[in-house]
Amino acid sequence: MKFNKKRKSEILEGDLTPMIDMTFQLIAFFMLLINFSKVDQAEEITLPVSELAVPPDGSLEYKMILNLEPGGNVIFAGQRIPSINVMGPILSQEIRNAERENVAVADVAVIIRSHADSKTGLVQKLISKCQDSELESFVLRVKDRETK
Amino acid sequence: MKIETEEPEDIEVNMTAMIDIVFQLLIFFIMTFNVAPQEGDFTIKMPLASQPSDEIPLDEPPELIRIALRSGDEGKISTIDVDDEVEAQTFGPSDTMFLELTNYIEEKLAADGDPESANETEVEFDIDYELKYSFTVKAIEAVSGKVINGQVKKLIEKIKFKNNANDG
Repeated sequence: MKFNKKRKSEILEGDLTPMIDMTFQLIAFFMLLINFSKVDQAEEITLPVSELAVPPDGSLEYKMILNLEPGGNVIFAGQRIPSINVMGPILSQEIRNAERENVAVADVAVIIRSHADSKTGLVQKLISKCQDSELESFVLRVKDRETK
Repeated sequence: MKIETEEPEDIEVNMTAMIDIVFQLLIFFIMTFNVAPQEGDFTIKMPLASQPSDEIPLDEPPELIRIALRSGDEGKISTIDVDDEVEAQTFGPSDTMFLELTNYIEEKLAADGDPESANETEVEFDIDYELKYSFTVKAIEAVSGKVINGQVKKLIEKIKFKNNANDG
């Protein structure tokens, strides 16, 4: 009986191109949507909801995000400041940083992310404290409720 | 002379290392991905009170509507007082007071008959210190516009606060 000569085994190579294409597309998708600025957004703040607020303006030259807790603490750049009254030096430092980037004080946008249950008086106190440092452009940030 | 012709061989690049890195990147982005809720902004105008101005303003000052938000128990809203320098009205306490405020603003702008009147009208909020911020946002929303069949109708964009920071 005649046996066929044993064939040399070959490595099977699948075409990896579509998988690599897909993987790169996924990476691009996640890279575009990733949000590294989490330090500016205190998660413990529950923003009030509105359906008429406009999407955040990405063209703001220089912005500082102040998170206001119901008790009156301010969270700025991941740092909890125990009272609005001691905000002065921090605001002055931030204004100096803006000026180093050639941004005038009037063009520095103060974005206030206040908890829904905060007293409005505290928000006004924070605005007043910023005005003492000659800041005058204010934005109230809310959670967007989609219009149906 | 016999010339040996070699068949061109496919050059095979080892892709394993690249695929490893790509998958690690993919896993990193998937793990750090955070679906943040969409946020929106209301811009308010708070010019500095002590600004020296020697120049004579060229434009006429905008028509001003003063809206006072009064606080009741536990920081909830009690009434909304509106004064447009011609007449004064009070809305509430009721569940529909914000809707009434929106309708009032809409009727007032429509009565002017000038499509530009929304740009020439300014709202100044006088808000009680104790009032919860969520009610303030509702009031700002009420004067900013309304949603009709999914379409946003804009009303007044110029909004400012009367300084009540020291009342608490």
